[in-house]
Amino acid sequence: MSKKHHLAMNVNGDDYEFLCETHQSLLDVLRDELMLTGTKEGCATGDCGACSVTLDGRLACSCLVLAVECEGAKIGTIEGMARGDVLHPLQRNFLELNGLQCGICTPGILIAARSLLERNPDPSETEIRYWLAGNLCRCTGYDKIIRSVQAAAKEMRGA
Amino acid sequence: MSAILEKPGFNPDRKYKIIGTSPVKHDGFDKVTGRAKFAADFFLPGMLIGKFLRSPHPHAFVRKIDVSRAEKLAGVKAVVTRDDFPELKPGTGGGDMSRIAMAREKVYWEGHPVAAVAAVSETIARKALKLIKVDYEVLPHVIDPVAAMAPNAPILHDYLRTKGVKGPDAEKKTNVVERLELSVGDAEEGFKEADVVVEHTYDTKPMHQGYIEPQSSVANVSEDGQVELWCCTQAPWVYRDRLTEILKLDSAKIRIQQSELGGGFGGKTTFYTEPVAILLSKKAKAPVKMTLTRVEVMKATGPVSGTQTRTKMGCKKDGTIVAADSELIFQTGPYTGSAFTNAPQAMFTRYELKNVKTVSYEVVSNRPKVSSFRAPCVPQAVFGVEDVVSELAKKIGMDPIDFRLKNAIKEGHKTIYGETFTKIGFIETLEAAKACDHYKSPVPKGQGRGVACGFWFNRGGETTGTVNLAPDGTVNIILGTADVAGSRMSMSMMAAEEFGIPVDRVRSILADTHSLGYNRVTAGSRTTFSSGMIVVDATRKIIAELTRRAAKIWGVPEDGVIFEDGHCRPASSNVGNFEPLSMKDIASKTTYTMGAISGHSEMNVTGAGPGFGLHIVDVKVDRETGLTQIMRYTVVEDAGKAISPMQVEGQYQGGAVQGIGWALNEEYIYGADGKLQNAGFLDYRMPVASDVPMIDTVIVEVPNPKHPFGLRGVGEVPVTPTMAAVGNAIGECIGIRPRSLPMTPPKVLKLIEEAEAKGLLPKH
Repeated sequence: MSKKHHLAMNVNGDDYEFLCETHQSLLDVLRDELMLTGTKEGCATGDCGACSVTLDGRLACSCLVLAVECEGAKIGTIEGMARGDVLHPLQRNFLELNGLQCGICTPGILIAARSLLERNPDPSETEIRYWLAGNLCRCTGYDKIIRSVQAAAKEMRGA
Repeated sequence: MSAILEKPGFNPDRKYKIIGTSPVKHDGFDKVTGRAKFAADFFLPGMLIGKFLRSPHPHAFVRKIDVSRAEKLAGVKAVVTRDDFPELKPGTGGGDMSRIAMAREKVYWEGHPVAAVAAVSETIARKALKLIKVDYEVLPHVIDPVAAMAPNAPILHDYLRTKGVKGPDAEKKTNVVERLELSVGDAEEGFKEADVVVEHTYDTKPMHQGYIEPQSSVANVSEDGQVELWCCTQAPWVYRDRLTEILKLDSAKIRIQQSELGGGFGGKTTFYTEPVAILLSKKAKAPVKMTLTRVEVMKATGPVSGTQTRTKMGCKKDGTIVAADSELIFQTGPYTGSAFTNAPQAMFTRYELKNVKTVSYEVVSNRPKVSSFRAPCVPQAVFGVEDVVSELAKKIGMDPIDFRLKNAIKEGHKTIYGETFTKIGFIETLEAAKACDHYKSPVPKGQGRGVACGFWFNRGGETTGTVNLAPDGTVNIILGTADVAGSRMSMSMMAAEEFGIPVDRVRSILADTHSLGYNRVTAGSRTTFSSGMIVVDATRKIIAELTRRAAKIWGVPEDGVIFEDGHCRPASSNVGNFEPLSMKDIASKTTYTMGAISGHSEMNVTGAGPGFGLHIVDVKVDRETGLTQIMRYTVVEDAGKAISPMQVEGQYQGGAVQGIGWALNEEYIYGADGKLQNAGFLDYRMPVASDVPMIDTVIVEVPNPKHPFGLRGVGEVPVTPTMAAVGNAIGECIGIRPRSLPMTPPKVLKLIEEAEAKGLLPKH
């Protein structure tokens, strides 16, 4: 039996050490080893975006990243999005504008949307739609998701 | 019969404080922070991982399964095959369910489970699967339902004889499960009155419900046979009863806890992992988790029936529809149970028709057993009807909404399936559509506009729930229906409205199967209606009890106490000069009165008000590529009363976009080898955010008098007219209507060429 790899990475500001098999994805490790189950698996092929995280500041599908590639990486997941009791404006606007129904895609969409607003604080509707085109939602028809992102962007711009 | 069913207490003049607002869903906080526990988020100490071995063949005898090498692999704790399932007769409900869970004599589709393994890690479980040897005798297969009806088609089940057929054909081996004729009047005679007749054939492809959360369950079976099961399901009690049937368990020994549901849309009304996880756990004497991969979800969980249909309708020059005739073929996968009988009942149920003939068939073939999906089997049939209706309107030069108005059914209409409608809101919906901004604005240059209508029965059924009052005056509600999109919040709102307290003082949770009596499947747009009825009934029981307690505390007769705004008050100054008692005042003193206060309700809920909708869509078709772009979309639908308007809008929008996917992209593609070629989200293309515009909504409110607040179910209707609306819009754009789903660029391009050749292509 081949031995597991011993790695360390930082998730949401906290240092973690873990053991993983070579084939395990970052998503597998987040969920099954670190018990950070807020990041979801919808397809494991990079098509649905439910597993979206930030990897050293870049938006990534954690199902497409091998955990062994993450030595020393800084990972951002949904669990680190709120600051204590204070929700991120995206989280709050998704709640207030009903940007979620079942909620399984919500963590990935929030992470992806945060990444968008960091790069483009004033995106057009089209820009939001194309940025989120990698995040499938089957419940909402996207309307209220887009509106939630627009409202959060406006709020964050102080507009 | 429960009193509330006869006297729901609907009051059209009632002023609501909470109903009709859209407060933040209480379950939403956990969903935006990653805390919400979906099925795959559940872990137990010592938990094993279970994996399926699936058939590579669409049709084969399973001669022998050798699991001996897999069992010997270190880390493997259990292997399960057909031998571990109790024998149940094929062709029976239980027999079919058992065989869907695990193949027995034969495999019937590519992906049919033949064995399963539980091991200490997923890696070991996968290795073990490779060590299982299955000896197949491969048989000819048939995928297409029409091909499956042909005389020389490979026969799936030797025992099958067509129900509803008389004469010599009744004794023949067949793949046709049933022939159902449902008719009223005399269609043939009716057509004689027609000035215009339109008839076309249609085909719709199976689509997948497309829930983003793959099925997952954790089973934990103790040595004395107690089963605990955590899973994502729309039907915990149905799962329990079917599991007890196929595994020969005792209901008292199985407790199912539903997790958060990561999308279901009907697809999580039937189980896949659960019976196998239970058997593995029983054998391994440890908890077992089984989570499907997306490929498994696509290949082995139920999609929606594909259909071949023919629809013919005729009308007079003044627009009166005189007759309709339709033939419908529904594919069901290898086993019966497609709910195809919904189609002939619902397909024309919007129009006042005296002469209708429908003949429907359900056909087995070598593809995964279909499962429910929003308005099961209705959108496929409505696709043809609403296409024909629009063409009739065009042929006689009538506005398509006016044409529908002319023929619209109203209160007192007796449907083809026997129901006589009480107050319905179809005409109001059509009028609202005509008046909405989208319909009033001109069709933009180069675009086409389509409209189509939809209908769904809406359902009630067996429902149970409990409302508990806590000593601090707060309320918790225990529900048996699943929460697919926010129904817990709607229940909390209804209770808060009845009590007259802020909704934040109420919380709703989802029960396990030991905590409540039976609850029918969460489906058919029945939840907010049925569980809402239960909650209001239970709440009223609590209010009655609160007034009794206040009377006791004050020492006055019960009718001397009234309840309003969360307080018991003296009915008049004659009763006495008492300070009002809040719910807290009474609930905190129950020790001194007659004990804790809770309200329980269980009933077979009736009185679901039927739902009607109309969709308006503008599309642009690229004439070089055949690509259709949705430019503007409006859903107009009767909600009876929107408990939470934002949630109702969400149902309208989500249903429409699922329909857009079905209309334009989604289909199952099989190779000649009978294997599915697009079992993933890359090649099975559901709509993404950049595919669609904002979806505008118009909530029509024609109250259902059978519900205390007048509500109707809203979830199914919005998918029923979408494909026809999109098809009609494309037809307006290019001169020929597509009648085969999905309306992909290559198909539309061909129609553009045809239209051009025939001189039908509109000039921009």
